[in-house]
Amino acid sequence: MKRTAIIVSLVALVAAAQFGSAQEPPRVVEISAKRFEFNPKQVTLKRGEKVTIRLVSTDRAHGLLIKPLGVDLDADDGKPGEITITPDAVGTFPAICDHYCGSGHGNMKMTIVVE
Amino acid sequence: MKKEFDRRAFMRVSAMSLGAGALLQFSPLATTAQGAALSRLFHRQNGEGTGPFSIVQLSDTHVGFQGPPDPLGTKAFEHAVDIVNALDQQPDLILFTGDLTHDSDDPAEHAKRFKAFRSISDRLRVKKRMHVPGEHDAALDGGVLFRENFGETHYSFDHRGVHFVALDNVSQGKPIVGAEQIAWLKKDLARFPKTAPIVVFTHRPLFDLKPEWEWFTADGDAVMNVLAPYESVTVLYGHIHRAEHNTIGTAHHHAARSLIFAFPDPSTPEKKPLPFNPDQPFKNLGIRTISGSSATRALAAGINDVELSIREISGSEGVMMMLREGDSL
Repeated sequence: MKRTAIIVSLVALVAAAQFGSAQEPPRVVEISAKRFEFNPKQVTLKRGEKVTIRLVSTDRAHGLLIKPLGVDLDADDGKPGEITITPDAVGTFPAICDHYCGSGHGNMKMTIVVE
Repeated sequence: MKKEFDRRAFMRVSAMSLGAGALLQFSPLATTAQGAALSRLFHRQNGEGTGPFSIVQLSDTHVGFQGPPDPLGTKAFEHAVDIVNALDQQPDLILFTGDLTHDSDDPAEHAKRFKAFRSISDRLRVKKRMHVPGEHDAALDGGVLFRENFGETHYSFDHRGVHFVALDNVSQGKPIVGAEQIAWLKKDLARFPKTAPIVVFTHRPLFDLKPEWEWFTADGDAVMNVLAPYESVTVLYGHIHRAEHNTIGTAHHHAARSLIFAFPDPSTPEKKPLPFNPDQPFKNLGIRTISGSSATRALAAGINDVELSIREISGSEGVMMMLREGDSL
């Protein structure tokens, strides 16, 4: 009987923890894209912190590729793209637009810093 | 650098790089049962037997580009055309691996650039010319102008015992080939034995050369998995405006230099075109080394300042890359 009570308590604790975490949605980092720039130019994340990266385009189709972080987003005007990640390594990671958007496309980049 | 010649292969490939384009020569080696069977297969399928021939690869002409990295515009392209035309032995075909034109937001202007490209390439004595698009040709309009000028963006054909596959990894905007084209590739290759020599030509590298410079194809691994069972695969590409040579698995990947301006070594921190040097206008498009076969010696007199890579592919026993000592591949 005592053992059953302990198990029930543990289940309740786990459920509470899950409920608690559900109450804390990941931080949202919004990145705006337009020909041929991202805004902001740099974003700082924390290692181990769950974060949602949302890409918003204000003109046409753009991409956001940060291969080491597993980010490969697409966005078009009025159609944002988003992904939730938890960076597990510190570092400075280049991010590029990988949806060709015109002759200045090659310079459309930004930086993600994980500290 | 010298590699062992695999006599079990159907076709031997030996290569020598002089720069941006590439002259590839195919010629049968000693016949084998396997080689004879492949010859019969190609003959049955398209009436062509194996035999000696050469091709030229030219890339990244960017007709319409104007800017400090190359104030001379199409001069290097025109010079390359003159050089190829001066070859005693004309190649059977010429492969253009993308970025034929530089894009414009004005479709009418971009159409003019396609026309200008054709007016220059039409000067080539070689009439069999095959093209794949680069992102500057096809990413903004999904390949509409390219198709109007050159037909489909992916296709295949056989030529004297070699199966050529044109792949489009640009016209969807992203660096991707796509599931539909990969399914087509599987079906296209299914009719060939694993020993058939295959030359793939495309614009972007099919492997992660430097993704942060967009030097990759997102589903390149899926493409190479389809090609992996084939013993003799050569991939020719452009996009990176510099010579680059990699062997991954059994496949050999070769990038041609550009005919407009050069990009730096990928180990450098920033991707910026190498500066134009008015005293050496075709520097980085120019000859680097020349040595080896009679074919390359014959070319040496005519090539002195325009990038032109030369590779020799010979065989009737599979495609196998053999790099000669002293070459700069």
